[in-house]
Amino acid sequence: MTRMRTMGLILGVASLAVVSCAKKTNTVPRPMPPPAASSGADMGTTPAPPAPDPPLAEPPIVTPTVVPEGAIGSKNLDELNRESPFSPVYFALDSFEVSPEGRAILQASAQVLQRQPTWQITIEGHCDERGTAEYNLSLGERRAVAAKTYLVSLGIAAERLRTVSYGKEFPFDPGHDESAWGKNRRAHFVITAK
Amino acid sequence: MTRIPRLLATLAAAAATVVAVTSAQTPASQPPAPQQPGEVGIVLNGERGQPPRLAVPDFIAAGGDADLAKELAQVLYDDLAFEGEVDLIPRDTYGSIPPARSFAEAPFDRWRELGADGLVLGSVTRNGANVKVEMRLFDVRTRRQILGREYGGPATNPRLYAHTISDEIHETQNQLKGVARTKLTFSSDRVRDKASNTVESRNVKEIFIADYDGANQRRVTVNRQLNVFPSWSPDGRAIAYTSYRRGYPDIFISLIYQGTMETPTKGVGQNWLPAFSPDGTRIAFTSNRDGNSEIYVMNRDGSGLRRLTTHPAIDSTPTWSPSGGQIAFTSDRTGSPQIWSVSADGLNLRRLSSEGYADRPTWSPAPYNEIAFAARTGSRFDIKIYEVDKGTTRQITFGEGSNESPAWAPSGRHLAFMSTRNARASQIFVVRRDGKNLKQITREGNNFTPNWSR
Repeated sequence: MTRMRTMGLILGVASLAVVSCAKKTNTVPRPMPPPAASSGADMGTTPAPPAPDPPLAEPPIVTPTVVPEGAIGSKNLDELNRESPFSPVYFALDSFEVSPEGRAILQASAQVLQRQPTWQITIEGHCDERGTAEYNLSLGERRAVAAKTYLVSLGIAAERLRTVSYGKEFPFDPGHDESAWGKNRRAHFVITAK
Repeated sequence: MTRIPRLLATLAAAAATVVAVTSAQTPASQPPAPQQPGEVGIVLNGERGQPPRLAVPDFIAAGGDADLAKELAQVLYDDLAFEGEVDLIPRDTYGSIPPARSFAEAPFDRWRELGADGLVLGSVTRNGANVKVEMRLFDVRTRRQILGREYGGPATNPRLYAHTISDEIHETQNQLKGVARTKLTFSSDRVRDKASNTVESRNVKEIFIADYDGANQRRVTVNRQLNVFPSWSPDGRAIAYTSYRRGYPDIFISLIYQGTMETPTKGVGQNWLPAFSPDGTRIAFTSNRDGNSEIYVMNRDGSGLRRLTTHPAIDSTPTWSPSGGQIAFTSDRTGSPQIWSVSADGLNLRRLSSEGYADRPTWSPAPYNEIAFAARTGSRFDIKIYEVDKGTTRQITFGEGSNESPAWAPSGRHLAFMSTRNARASQIFVVRRDGKNLKQITREGNNFTPNWSR
C-alpha cells in the first residue's frame, strides 16, 4: 500500500516535470485530463517490485509550486471546487462595491484563470439575512456581476464567466451575527467546466 | 416533467364536485318578505345594534360519525372566528345544553339563555366514499331558519364542507367574500433534500400549498433545486414561481391540478419574482435580460413582452394594483430600496415609501387601496402598510423576529407573511389587517414567501 503510493508519487513528480517543461516552451498549455488519468492508472497497475524507500526527499524544491498545478489536471470538478483555488470576495452590508481586498483576490483569481484557459466559472452572488429575500436576489446579482466585470477588466474572456444570484437562499454560515453575515455577503466561485 | 401528487388531483375533484344545493326547505321556510324590500336575503341581527352572537355546537352525527361531526363544527367555528365579523360563543361553554339529534329538536330556549342570537346547526352523514352535509342557521329568538344548505360529494376532505358553510354564512350575513376556501402557497426546506452539483451543503426549497388555515399541506414541486416566490393565478389553478432547476433563476408556471408546466420566458435571460395580473392574462416579473434587474410584463404565454423600467439601479419585485392599471415595485435608484409605482404602460413613475429600506410591495385587493411591504427596522424587518389614497403608512408587526414578504388575503382583511419570531425558524403566519389575531400556519422545517389565492 505505502509502496504503491510512494511509487505513484515518484511517477507523478516525473510527469510534473514534463508538464513544467512543456509550459516553459509555450506549447499546448497542458495535457488533457483523460490521458493523464489513464497513464496514471497504467503505471499504478504495472508490476510493482518492492519499491525503494529512500528517494522520497529528492525534489522538494520543485514541488511547492508545481504540484498543485499538476494535481488540478487529474481532479474532477467536485474535487477542484472542494479545494478551490478561488477565494470568495466579500462585500459590505447592502453594497456590491468590490473592496481593495476584493480586487487583490480577483487579481489572484485572474491569474489562475489565465493558467487554466479551458476553465469556465460560475460566479455566485450571495447576501446576508439582513436584506429581504426579494431584493437580495438583485443585490446578489449585482455582486456577481461586479466580480465578473473586474475579472473581464483583467483580461478574462466574459464567455468563461457566468453569473447567478442566490440572494440569501444559501447562507454559508447559518448564524445570526456579524461573523456569519460577513461570510454570507460574497461572490463565490464555482468551476463548472475544465 | 412535474408530476403532482395524486392527492392534489383528488382534492381538485372534490372541490369541483362540491355543489351547494339549496335545501328544499330553504325557500319555503323563509318569511314571505324581508322587512325592507331592497334587502338581499335575511340577515340575523344582534341586540341593540350589536353584531349577532352565534353558537356553533357539534354537528348532528346522523350516520354515527361523532368525531367528524365534532371536527366539522370546530372547523366552521374557527373559520367564522378567523373572519371576525360575527361574535361567537366559545364552544367550551355549551356543556350543559343537550346535543340535538335532529334539526327539529334544537333547544332554542337553552341557547337563548346562553345569549345566542343565532344557532348554526349542521348534520353529517358519511356514506362509503361520500359524505352528505346539511346546515341550518336559526334565529334563536324567532326559532326560524334563516339559511339552509345541503352539500354532497366525496369524503376525501370533509373540512371543505365546513369551509363552504362559513363562506356562505359570511356572504349572506355580511355581504362579504369569505376566505375559508382559499389557499396559501409558499416555499419550504422541510424535505431536507440537498442541492446536487454543489460541494457545499445546501438545503433545497420546494413549493407547497396549504388550505388558508394550514391544513392539508402538500408539495407541488419535486425537482430538488431552489424553488421560491410562488404566486397564484387568479383562478387558483396555477402557481407561477422562480426555480433554479436549470441552474439559474427562471419562471415556471405549474398547473397544479393537471400536472403540467409552462415556461413563458422561453429561456431569455434570468427571470424571477413573477406576479399574475388581476385578470390572469399577464405576468409582471424581474429580469436581467437587458443587463440589470428591470421590471417587465408579458402575456401569460410569454408573448407581448414590455419593459416597464429603464434605469441602471435595481428595479425588482412587481405587484399589480387591483384594477391592473398600475404596478408597484422596489427600486434603489435613490440609494436605498424604496417602493415606487408606475402605470402599466410605463408612465407616471412615482416614489411611494420613505423608509430606510423597503421591499416586497404587495397591493391589496379592492375595496382597500393599500400596499403592504417589508421595512427594515434595526437589523430586521417589520410589515408596514402604505395607504395609497392618504399617503400614510402604518406598522402591523413590531420587532418580534424578522417579518417579511407580506401577501394579502383576497378579502383584503388579512395578510400572510413570513417571520422568524419562533426560535429563529422562518414560518408562515397570518394576521388581521390591524395586526391582531396572529396565527401560525406552518411548523415543519423553514417556510418562506407566502402568497394567498383568490
